[in-house]
Amino acid sequence: MRMDTDQLIRTLAADNSHRARPVGFALMLALLAAAPVSLLMFFTELGVRPDVMIAMRNPFFDLKFAVTLALAISGIAVSLHLSRPEASLRGFGWWLLIPAGILTAGIGGEMMMPQRLPMMTRLVGKNSWVCMTAIPALSLPILAGALIGLRHGAPARPAVAGAIAGLLSAGLAATLYASHCTDDSPLFVATWYTMATALVTAVGALAGSRVLRF
Amino acid sequence: MRERDDEWTGLMRSAIAGDSAAYHRLLKAVTPVLRAAARRGLARAGQPVDQSEDIVQDILLAVHLKRHTWDVSAPFAPWLFAIARNKLIDALRRRGRRIFVDIDDFAETLPGEMPAETASASEVAAQLQTLPARQRDVLQSIAVESASIKDTAARFSMSEGAVRVALHRGLTSLTAKLREQ
Repeated sequence: MRMDTDQLIRTLAADNSHRARPVGFALMLALLAAAPVSLLMFFTELGVRPDVMIAMRNPFFDLKFAVTLALAISGIAVSLHLSRPEASLRGFGWWLLIPAGILTAGIGGEMMMPQRLPMMTRLVGKNSWVCMTAIPALSLPILAGALIGLRHGAPARPAVAGAIAGLLSAGLAATLYASHCTDDSPLFVATWYTMATALVTAVGALAGSRVLRF
Repeated sequence: MRERDDEWTGLMRSAIAGDSAAYHRLLKAVTPVLRAAARRGLARAGQPVDQSEDIVQDILLAVHLKRHTWDVSAPFAPWLFAIARNKLIDALRRRGRRIFVDIDDFAETLPGEMPAETASASEVAAQLQTLPARQRDVLQSIAVESASIKDTAARFSMSEGAVRVALHRGLTSLTAKLREQ
C-alpha cells in the first residue's frame, strides 16, 4: 500500500468535519479530573489548620493565597498562550512576575511592621520540611492533568511549556497547602514555597520535553 | 507573498467553517512551499533531498491535527511555518543532525522553485500497515481508492459516523506512530 502526498491531502480533507476542542477546554477538563486526587491527598494527610478562622484575620495569611493563586492563574494564561506553535514567551513572560511582585510587596510590608520574632526565625519557620514535600506531592496529580490537557496544543518549545505547566500546578498545590501551613511570614513563603515550586517546575520541564512534543 | 498569505488565510477560515473543498485547495497550495523548504533543510544538513516527501507528509498531518490551535483572526502563514519548522527540525534531528532552520526557508520560497513530488514518501505508508484493520481499511478506501465517506460506509457496512471516527482515529494514531519512531 502506498500513500502519496495527493492521497494524504485528500484523506485529510475528508476528515475536515472533525472538530477538536480548544486547548483551554481540554486543560480545564484535565485539571478538574486531577483536582479530586490532590484534594483527597490534602484532606487525608494534612487538612486545614485548626485556627483557620482566626488566621483569616491576619493579612499575611491571606497574602499567601494571593501569591499562590496569582501563580496558578498566570501559569494557566501563559500555558494557553504557549500552546500555539508561533507563540513565544516574549510579551507574555511578565505575567509570571505578578506573583513575585505581590510577594515582594508582602515582604516589604512585613518589614515595616513591628515583629515579635526575629527575621531568621520567621524565615526558617516550623514547617519548612512539610512545605518542601507537601507542595511537590500535591502538585504531581495536577501536573499530570495539566500535561494531558496541554497535549492538545502545539508548543514550539515543549520543555518551556512543561515548565510553565509545573508553575501552574505548584500554584494550585500551594494554594491548598497554604491553608494547612501555620507559617504566614512572606519570608517563609519566598524561601520554601519558591524552592518547592522550582522543584515542580523542573519536573514539569523534563516531562514536558517528552510528552508535549507534537 | 502578501497576496498568497491572504489567500491562504481566507481558505483556512472557510475550511474551519466547514468547507472541505477550500481545505483541500489550501493543502494543495501549501504543499510545494513546504516541499521546497524541506529540500533546502535536507540539503543544508547534507542529507539526500529525496526524503523530503516524508517530511512534507509529517507536516501536513501535524497541520491537520493541530489546526484548532490556529487563531482564526490571525494570519495563517506564520502559524503554518511554525508547525513546519518544528517538524523539519524534528526530522533532521531524527536523522542525527542538529541544524538551525531559518523561518525564512519557508517564507521566502519563490514560485519558480516549486518542485513536484519525486520520490514518494515511505514512512506514512509503512506505519499504515501497523494500524488496526478497520482504520486501515477506511484509510485505504478514502486515500488510495478515492472513495467518499458515504461509499466507504456502504462498502464496509458501517455508519458514516463510524467511518468518520475510524478515519480520524487512523490519522491520529498514524501521527503518534511517526512521532515515536
